[in-house]
Amino acid sequence: MATAIEKIISNTIGKEVSPGDFVEIPVNFAYFHDGTGPLIIDVLREMEVDKIFNPDNVAVIFDHAAPPYSDQAATLQVKVRKFVKEQGIKKFHEIGEGICHQVVPEKGYIAPGMIVCGADSHTCTLGAFGLMAIGMGATDMAYILATGKTWIKVPETIRVRFDGSLGKGVSSKDLILEIVRIIGTDGATYKVLEFTGETIKELSQSSRMTMANMAVEMGAKTAFIEADEKTIQFLGKEGKIFKTDDDAIEEIHIDSSSIDPKIAIPYKVSNVKSVSEIEGEPIDQAFLGSCTNGRYEDLLEAAKILKGKKVRARLIVVPASRDTLVKAMKDGIIDILIESGAIIGIPGCGPCLGVHMGVLGENEVCISTSNRNFIGRMGARSSKVYLASPQTVAASSLEGKIVDPRRYVR
Amino acid sequence: MIISGRVWKFGDDIDTDVIIPAKYLRSVDKSIWPKHVLEGIDPTFSSKVKPGDIIVAGKNFGCGSSREQAVLAIKWAGISAVVAESFARIFFRNGINNGLPLIECKGIYNAVDEGDIIEINLDEGIIKTKRGILTYKPLPKLLQDILNSGGLVEYYKKKIKGNVP
Repeated sequence: MATAIEKIISNTIGKEVSPGDFVEIPVNFAYFHDGTGPLIIDVLREMEVDKIFNPDNVAVIFDHAAPPYSDQAATLQVKVRKFVKEQGIKKFHEIGEGICHQVVPEKGYIAPGMIVCGADSHTCTLGAFGLMAIGMGATDMAYILATGKTWIKVPETIRVRFDGSLGKGVSSKDLILEIVRIIGTDGATYKVLEFTGETIKELSQSSRMTMANMAVEMGAKTAFIEADEKTIQFLGKEGKIFKTDDDAIEEIHIDSSSIDPKIAIPYKVSNVKSVSEIEGEPIDQAFLGSCTNGRYEDLLEAAKILKGKKVRARLIVVPASRDTLVKAMKDGIIDILIESGAIIGIPGCGPCLGVHMGVLGENEVCISTSNRNFIGRMGARSSKVYLASPQTVAASSLEGKIVDPRRYVR
Repeated sequence: MIISGRVWKFGDDIDTDVIIPAKYLRSVDKSIWPKHVLEGIDPTFSSKVKPGDIIVAGKNFGCGSSREQAVLAIKWAGISAVVAESFARIFFRNGINNGLPLIECKGIYNAVDEGDIIEINLDEGIIKTKRGILTYKPLPKLLQDILNSGGLVEYYKKKIKGNVP
């Protein structure tokens, strides 16, 4: 009896492992961005590493402050570009190509069964592709770049089974917010959150990524969703499919049909309520984007609600990648969004982390499809961020206050 | 090693955005980070903290973003150790990797008041407080080795030079 993650580790190192074991593991693919890059480069210099282990298995993506908002942010990017050139890293993605967690799978750099590390906490997003994806800091990433390896404690797995169909106006964001409410901000610390069941099978690959993305908000080391034909189609390549044995671990059961639109109230991601409970709360800004919900289907769902109407609260839309933007443009979705009054931003992280493209002022309130509502996350200490689905964000931007999207979904 | 210092107390779920807000991250001058440490919770903290002080916190300290500047801001402000009910895992790795002692000790939050002097014996896993002695499970050997080396960079250098197995 073993979990999928235990099997991936055992298979990779050629030795049976159990939760709690400390093991050194090879890293099959690694990536970082303009935010974590400068420190990684400094650490590599301190380590006296001139050439990284394998530049072909490394990607660098500019997404966090892209384009830069200050001369210092720009200077740090100059430093990263120089490093990329010196090291011969060919998988380099410039400003405007998108968010690292979106670009890496879109380009097919990863495959099911791999061990992937990213210097970003939301690396767990890639757990939606049936692989082990671990988020780390700069020093750990520098060590990986130097040696091709890292150490881990083999994690336990919490398995959540979702059965039943989602109701109208409800998305995978609502499912994951409900899970954060149940598990709490540290209920999965050092563990893997595996999502399974009929609902997950029915979800698109993008909707699965939304769920895996928020595993870190519960403290998890990563998320895991078994790969299937949708995964392979998204990546354009097959890998090795690993499955958790039946009865290997206990499961939490969720009836997906009972879930209504959810919202996380400031300042904790686990402060989750039904949107219907807090309808009417005025908002200044709405943000549709981020590695949680900036994908094509998210823009599409928002466009369905916004078509032919005008927003009352400013709506900032930031597609997760250039491919997302191009597809949405060709399909007329961007036209609908702009005609409703939305502002379309450059593909990347947008205002999620509070440095550019929609930073909040004193006491401003934003409803956002992103993943964190901490104090000052998107700007001033007194500002507030509510986290919800693309449908809820679109509907709320129309009314200038928080509203249940089911009013707008037929 | 024994660490003794004055306690600053923080609650549960202290995230890396409040430890060092993102607006300070993209700075060529790294010395600005400790000047804004924990600004999201207490804008006056950096002016009050003294070298050798100890942070005591509730559960899930360091949750959120992977930004290593959160550890560096705390370390460079002079904090000698962080003792918490529990840590978020990326912050925990970042701390050990930078040679900052992070101690997970159940019961610490209610055992101390702000301003108390506590003494931590890292080798034995003992914390002396005015309300008595607390014990905790010392770090696994690998992490002890990294911490005792002064961080992962020094550990790596020793390792490639053959001084560690």
